[in-house]
This record gives sequence, C-alpha cells and structure tokens, in this order.
Amino acid sequence: MYSIKTDKLTKKYGDLRAVDNISLNVKKDEIFGLLGPNGAGKTTIIKMLATLLKPTSGFAEVCGYNILSDQDAVRKSIGIVFQNPSTDIELTGRENLDFHARIYNMDKDVRQERIDEVLDLVELSDKADIFVKNYSGGMQRRLEIARGLMHYPNVLFLDEPTLGLDAQTRRSVWEYIKRLNKDEKITVVLTTHYMDEADYLCDRIVIIDHGKVIAHDSPANLKNSIGKDIISLQVADGKNFLNTLTAFDFIKGMELHDESLYESLYLSVEDGERMIPRIMDIAHKEGVIVQSVGLRKPTLEDVFLHFTGRTIRDQDTGKKEHFQRMVRERMRGTR
Amino acid sequence: MKLHFNAIYIIWLREMTRFFRAKSRVIGSLAMPLFFLVILGFGFNASIRFSDIPPEIDYIDFLAPGIIGMALLFDSISSGLTVLMDKQFGFLKEIMVAPVDRFSIVIGKTAGGVTTALIQGILILLISLVIGVKITGVVGFLSAIVFMILISVSFVCLGLIFASKMEDMHGFQLITRLFAFPVFLLSGAFFPLDNLPVWLQYLTYMNPLTYGVDGLRHSLIGITQFSVTLDLLVLVCFSTLMIILSTYLFSGIEVD
Ligand SMILES: Nc1ncnc2c1ncn2[C@@H]1O[C@H](COP(=O)(O)OP(=O)(O)O)[C@@H](O)[C@H]1O
Ligand SMILES: [Mg+2]
Repeated sequence: MYSIKTDKLTKKYGDLRAVDNISLNVKKDEIFGLLGPNGAGKTTIIKMLATLLKPTSGFAEVCGYNILSDQDAVRKSIGIVFQNPSTDIELTGRENLDFHARIYNMDKDVRQERIDEVLDLVELSDKADIFVKNYSGGMQRRLEIARGLMHYPNVLFLDEPTLGLDAQTRRSVWEYIKRLNKDEKITVVLTTHYMDEADYLCDRIVIIDHGKVIAHDSPANLKNSIGKDIISLQVADGKNFLNTLTAFDFIKGMELHDESLYESLYLSVEDGERMIPRIMDIAHKEGVIVQSVGLRKPTLEDVFLHFTGRTIRDQDTGKKEHFQRMVRERMRGTR
Repeated sequence: MKLHFNAIYIIWLREMTRFFRAKSRVIGSLAMPLFFLVILGFGFNASIRFSDIPPEIDYIDFLAPGIIGMALLFDSISSGLTVLMDKQFGFLKEIMVAPVDRFSIVIGKTAGGVTTALIQGILILLISLVIGVKITGVVGFLSAIVFMILISVSFVCLGLIFASKMEDMHGFQLITRLFAFPVFLLSGAFFPLDNLPVWLQYLTYMNPLTYGVDGLRHSLIGITQFSVTLDLLVLVCFSTLMIILSTYLFSGIEVD
C-alpha cells in the first residue's frame, strides 16, 4: 500500500530541470526521506506534491488522489511544515493553531482538545499564549510541526525540519518525528541534506542530485550495496604489518597514515566485526603490538560519494530564504 | 465554487486581530483625511463659493462625503499590502495549502479589508459630525454605509489584484499611490464636476469612485449629480467584476 506514487514527475524553470523525471513511491506509515544537496530539487518535489506548484509534466498521487485533478482531497490528506517559517508572528501560538483548525474546517468540540493535544506533544503548552515573535527558532519549528499535525493528516511533509537548529534541539525534533510516526500512525516524508538525519530517521530514502533520483532504498541496503567496512589499527610498525597482511584475500584494500607517535592502518573488509579477531590473531603471531582498533561502517556520505563522485556540501541557503529569515529575526526583536 | 464559512471567518478574524493590535495604523490613517477635512473645509468655507453648490450647503458639508470616499479608497487599496506581507513572511503558504476554495480566501480577505476601511469611514463621519458637518438624518447615515461598503469592496479587491501580480511592498505602495491620486482627484471629492472641461468630465465618468462619492453625497447631504440608482448600479457591477477578477488572479498565485 503506497501513500505516494510519482511517475516521471518533472518541473522546469526555463531551461533548468529542477525536478527531472522523478519516479518514487512512499509506503504507508513509513518515514521516507528525500536526501540531497542544496538545490537538488527536494523542496520543488514537496511543493508539487502539496499542490502549491504545478508540475511541467509527469504524474503524482497522494493518498490515491491525483495532485492536479483532485487538489482539495490532496490538501485535506496532508500536513506540511515548510522549509521557511510560515507562522504568523503577530499572533500567539494558540491563535496560529486556531487559525489552522478553522481553515481546515475542524469541528468546534475537537478543535480545542486537539490544540491542547498537539501543544502537549511538542511541549509548548506553557508558551501557547505568547506571541510567536517571542519564540526561539526551535520553538517556532515545533509549533509548525504541531500545526502540521492539527487536522489528523495521513501524510506529513517536513521540509528540512531541523535546518538552522542547534544540536540539542535537532535531537528533540528527531524524537518528536519518531514518536508521532508511531503514535499518530502518520506517513512522514521529510527532506534533508543532513546524512545523519536521513540515516537515523528514515525507513527508506531516495537520494536526489540535480533533480534526478540516483538511489532509492533503505539506508541499510544502500550502505551495504557499496559494501566494505573500515577497520583502523594503531600499530608501532605499520609498514611491516602491512606487508604481512597483503597475503590475506579477505582484506580488500589498505592505507597507511603516519601519525607522529604511531602509524594508523586502514583496512577495508566485508563483515568487519568478524574480521577483527582474525586480524588480532595475525598480529599476535607476528608479534605486532596493536594499540587500538576501530571499526567504521560506511555512511550515507560514502553512498553519495559512491554514486556521484562528490561529497554533499553544505552550501548557503538561497538568497530569498535568507532574506525571509532575516526579516523574521528582526521582527522578533529582543527576547 | 464553494463557500467555506469557517475559513472566511478565520481569515477575517485574523485581519481584525492584527488591525486592532496595530493601533498606530488606525490613528495614522485617520490623520490624513481629517487634516484635509479640517483645513480645506474651514479654509475654503470662508473664502470660496462654488456656483454649483446650493447656497444653503456649506463647503465643509459638501467636502465631508468626498473625504470619506478618499479615506476609503486609500485604506481599501492598501489592504493588498497584507497579502504581500503574508508572502514575505511565509504565511501565505499556510493559507494557500489549505483545502479551501480560492474564492473563499478572497472573500475572507475582502471582508477583512472592508471592515477596517468601514471602521475608518464611520469614524471620520462621526468626527465630521462633531466638528459641525450637517447630514440629512439616520436613513442617510445607513444608506451612506451601503455606499461605503461598495466602495471598499471595489478597491480592496483592486488592491488584491495588484498584490497578486507583485512581490515587492515598496513597489506596491508606489504603484497604488500613483493609481489612487488621479482616482480621487477626479472623483468630485473636492469640487463639483459640472464645470470641468468636457474631456476631463469623460474621465470622471469612467471613474468608479465618482459614483461612490456621488452616492455618499446624496445619502449624507441630499445633493446628487447622477441618480442614486445609477450610482448603485455602477458600483455593484464594478465591485462584482473586481471580486471575480481578484479570485481568478488569486487562484494563479504560486507561492515560494
Ligand atoms: N521559483 C524558481 N524559479 C527558478 N528556479 C527555481 C525556483 N525555485 C527553485 N528553483 C531552482 O530549482 C532548483 C531546485 O530547488 P529546490 O527544490 O529549492 O532545491 P532543494 O530544496 O533541494 O534545496 C534550484 O536550482 C533552484 O535554484
Ligand atoms: Mg529545499
């Protein structure tokens, strides 16, 4: 059962193919990630799925409703947290939620109850009645998440949910996302350019670059598909040990780095956990003294590098977004 | 097309909340029309006689409906600014992604703009009474409110039309002011139109505010250039056209 299906979805801005023949599917009740560097086309995809932007060509369905011919039904089924702030900072948190509840035509008796419920979920109950301009960035973000949940959507879109938040707030937003995916039985589609975020949160992801899908699977499968774990060893006489190890087939690659006091040896192997004891055995027999051992699994960063030959860089956010943030920052005044 | 009353109500309520929280805006926008009324009113009253104004009517009585029309024009058209602010601050996305017919959004926005304009119009009318402007009576007062509403609907929607085609707030203010000045100068707000050169008279006939001011004047002081029926007819047609056009243009907004 799919919550979202797209087929060759495309959006052109002049000559730029911001979204280029994207076909993907999102399963019901999963956390799905659109991962890619800035300018990859993630926001454009979300906006098309949310009926805010018309595709140039291609097809997309959200909860079984066509995004072009059944806009109202799509809008009813989704909640969305935009990349850029979209609350009314001249209103209080509660007033923002009340606006949302009414514009989504929620019944009077559920309205109040639901407002308290979502405020509680994002731990803003005690700040509900102060103006949003006096909220911190993290509080604003949480309010937007609460608002996106108000009308019991089947799918929640989160566009860069933790952009610009400090490490601690990011963690707590992650926990909210996990919790509401479980508790509210909601399909979550999030975009991010943070590898660790996608890895930690998502059941499945697509990696997008220059508007194109370059991989579509679970993070674990993607990492396994490029194979090899990396074992690092700190040894006193690396060169000798390296020569010894060349005789063993299970080691697929080696690198030696000189670091002042000792030498570090990086071995790339499959199934790293099982290989460490074997390597220790060999070291023991050769009389090599190992100071320490480390094991690193490939990350999504390595996956991205593998498929594109580049690393994901954290480029500047767009000029306009920057401006919107600045204006709001200024309006917030002193706290 | 379907009316979503909950949505209309909350869009209207938000405009009201923001309006009443910005007290300086209320006072600021009352000041200019009142300056005009007091200075021009008492100034001309003493020294100039327009031959087209019946002798029993003071110039300031003649002027007051015109000033109300002017205040409505400027306040209404500037309510398009709230749309641009919502664009700038991102809130327009929240509105546009909601499962609500675009017509209802326009109606809600219009209701908000009309109410704020109406509050100002009525305040100016009351202040005019205090400073000695004479009006015909209660029926006139009520019929003036009908005209105030029609004028406001027309120009609030016109403001929305401008706003749906623009991004920049300063640009919007510049353009709408450029547009509004000739409209109010050629509406008969300040002087009777009968003795204008013929080509200018034609321009005034094409100006919807002319009929608004004429209707207000008929309601409040009982003199009229056209007939009230014509005034009503023109304004109803024009405001309907503006609502349709602004809904159409609003539906085409893509927010980013
Ligand atoms: N309104 C627009 N007009 C022209 N180009 C745009 C517009 N919106 C986005 N783009 C371009 O489309 C590409 C994808 O943008 P976006 O979807 O915002 O990327 P992401 O969200 O992945 O950072 C970028 O190159 C961006 O500059
Ligand atoms: Mg983006």
